Parts: sequence; structure tokens; C-alpha cells
Amino acid sequence: MNFILKIWRQKDRNSKGKFEEYKAIDISPDMSFLEMLDAINRDLAKQDAEVIAFDHDCREGICGSCGLFINGRAHGPQHGVTTCELRMRHFKDGGTIVVEPWRAKAFPVIKDLVVDRRAFERIIQAGGYISVDTGAAPEASSIPISKANAEEAMDAAACIGCGACVAVCKNSSAMLFMSAKISQLALLPQGHPERKIRVHRMVEQMDKDGFGHCSNTYACEMDCPKKISVTHIARMNREFIRAKIF
Amino acid sequence: MYAFIQFYNSSVGKKLLVGLTGLLLISYLVIHLFGNLLIFRNDAGRAFDEYAEILPQVVVIRVIEVGLFLIFLFHIITAAYTWLVNKQAAGKQYKVWKKGQTSKLSSRTMLLSGSIVFIFLVIHMQQFWYTSRYEAGEHFSMYEVVRATLSEPVYGIFYLIAMFLLGFHLRHGFQSAFQTFGLRDKKFTPIIELVGAIFWLLIPLAFASMPFYFLLNF
Ligand code: FES
Repeated sequence: MNFILKIWRQKDRNSKGKFEEYKAIDISPDMSFLEMLDAINRDLAKQDAEVIAFDHDCREGICGSCGLFINGRAHGPQHGVTTCELRMRHFKDGGTIVVEPWRAKAFPVIKDLVVDRRAFERIIQAGGYISVDTGAAPEASSIPISKANAEEAMDAAACIGCGACVAVCKNSSAMLFMSAKISQLALLPQGHPERKIRVHRMVEQMDKDGFGHCSNTYACEMDCPKKISVTHIARMNREFIRAKIF
Repeated sequence: MYAFIQFYNSSVGKKLLVGLTGLLLISYLVIHLFGNLLIFRNDAGRAFDEYAEILPQVVVIRVIEVGLFLIFLFHIITAAYTWLVNKQAAGKQYKVWKKGQTSKLSSRTMLLSGSIVFIFLVIHMQQFWYTSRYEAGEHFSMYEVVRATLSEPVYGIFYLIAMFLLGFHLRHGFQSAFQTFGLRDKKFTPIIELVGAIFWLLIPLAFASMPFYFLLNF
């Protein structure tokens, strides 16, 4: 397969970027999107040109490092996959593909397609944890948890923190990301002692980091590679009301 | 007070207040609609005129009017403020962005639909509320005012457009409020959608039937 790529190039945080055109020739339909970018980079390296910078690590959809805005969608046109899992067969042979970094005030571009996502870490540091003495592992069945709650907590915990929700949200809100963590911990008894202070601190941190307010367009759910549901945002709102009013 | 400011300043707090005030406002639509439907009585507007005459004499109505006005201001200011914050946070310089594939148009145009409905309301208040309160002389017939205004094509059509946009606004707004209250889950979503349809579909349609009725000169 052959493609024409329009890729955002930006030298560093402070310089102005622009789109550059590249040709991807002889691409196997089974290649992942990142492997296709590797092929372009190989050519660029041969010509002694600056390679395209993009984030990646596990390349199997579990670390959340990769994340590109491809043809107008976060992680490309396939639902429920990360950029590293996206295969080239989903694109039209000979077509043009526009590749952009995540766009949000809270995620400044560092270089080419790489953005600074540390704001997410600050949100987690603000309250996305449970404080426990780490002694020996306790007996697993000493705290009973219903199957339904365990399942739902697990669904929420599937969030890999890639930032697609922020990238696709018209308000650049981090609600889906934050709610996944709050929901996960609210569903488990271990999370209960700190539930009030957690939601309070995390929302405060999210606002401070310059993310927007959620206006319930639900775009985040559509482009989340882990299919995290907006019902977690509803639960987060419930936690917030409980913490502030009751 | 400090607690309220803190609540108001937080993103979730603001949303909650916009949703709550929005629901209060649309609950008024129901009352308003029932009164207005008297227009369709086949008595040359007598029942409607009587209703319009009694309204300003009821103290509760006066209180509700003031309350509604304040709630309106609050809803608009808070929503506009949220919009501004979001504008700043967005930073979306995408070259290609397929918004239509991930969200509904109604959810992305709340400020626009809301603003036009607001403009409509200002005109609406001037034409009906102000006239009935301050310009009603002897032999005043509210029914006549309504008939004359709504049968005028420019205004009648504007009324229809405003009702369409009101429905559009509520299509998103109603369920969105419940999402913000944290009530939208697997169990409640179908109920919310159903009751929502009364507000975004039936009520605007019922209001729209009035200019229709007069435009077509029944
Ligand atoms: S590289 Fe780890 S999720 Fe894509």
C-alpha cells in the first residue's frame, strides 16, 4: 500500500510548527500505524534528515504512550484501539493521511507529535491513590466485593492515561480520565476512607492545570481506546455532590 | 459564602448549577404551556383573556416572575462563563477534525441555540408580557394581541425557528443535566430519554402550534 502523509513538524516547545508531506511506499496492510511511521523515519535517517518524533513504548495497547490525531480522530478511525494497534489496512490505498499531535492548552507540544502530558500525573498525584501501610499482602477474601462492582472497577481501571479524551474533547476536559480513577476507587471498599478528599483534590487540580469544563458531548467515550464509558463521569459527579453537599 | 464561591469556581460545581437552573426554567414551560393552550378554546379568546387578566393579580405569579428572571440571569451568566473558560482551555488547532463522528451537533452548539432563544425571549417579553402589564387599557384583549402578533409572518416564522432551537437546546440540555447530577446510568438513562423527549419534542411542538394556528388563519 502507498500513502501520502501530512505530518505536523515542530522543532521544540517554543517554535512554530508546520505540516510536512511524506510518502510512505510499499507499506504492508498488516503494519501498525507506528511501524509505518518507523518506515518513514528509516528513510529520513538514510537521508540524514531529522526523524519524526512520536511517543511509544509497549506497542500493544497497554502503556498509553502512543497517541496521534489521525485524519480528524484520536487514535484514528478504528473504535477501541490505540495508535500502536491500528493497522494500515483500515486506510485507503493511495490516500492522504493527516497526522497531528494531541491539541489542548494543558498538553503543550514538545516536539513534532510529542506532547507534554504531565498534567495527568499531577491529577493522579492529587488524589488518585489510596494511602495504605504496605505490610504483608492481606488475605484476599477478607474484604468481600460484589462481582458487579469488581467488574465495573476493573473497566474503569482499564484507562491507560493516553489523553485521547482530552484530545477529542472540544473543551479539552480531562473528565473521562479523572472519573475513571475516581470511579474505580469509589467502587472498592479500600477507596472509601479518602473518597471525599480525593474528588475534591482531583477536580481542583484538573481545573488548575487548565483543562476545560465537561459539557457532556460524550466525544471522549467515542475515541477512548479502552472504551471507558461516560457513566464513570456520572459517578464522579455523584462523588463530587456527596463530598460537597452531604 | 466562601464554600459557595469555591463550589462555583470548580468546573463540576458550575455545571451542576447550570443544569439545576436549566431544569427550573423548563419546569416553568409546562405551566406556561397549559395557560396558553386556552387559546385553542372555541370561544373567540374569552377564556384566554380572563386567564391573562387574572395572572398579574396573583401574588405567587409575581414572585415566580422575579425568581425566573434571576434564575435566567444565573443560567446565562454561568453558562457563558463556562464557555469562555472552555474556549481558553481548548487550544484546538487541528487541521482535520471530524467532530460530527464523535458528538451530536446539538451538544456542540449550546451557546448559539441558547443565545437565539434568549433573543427570542427578550422580544417575546416585550410583545406580550410588557404589553399586558403596562399598556393594557380599557377593552384590552390579550387574545387579540397574540393573534395580531403571531399572524404576522415575520414574527410568526421567527417564533417557529425559536421553538425549533429551544427543542435543539433541550435535546442536549435535558439529559446533560442528569448526567451532571450523576443520575445517568444504565437503569435511569431510558427514563431520562423518555421524559426528555417531552421537553425537547412535545413542548416546543405544542408552543409552535400557536403561530401555526394563527399563520394559517384559522
Ligand atoms: S505504545 Fe503503549 S499503548 Fe501504544
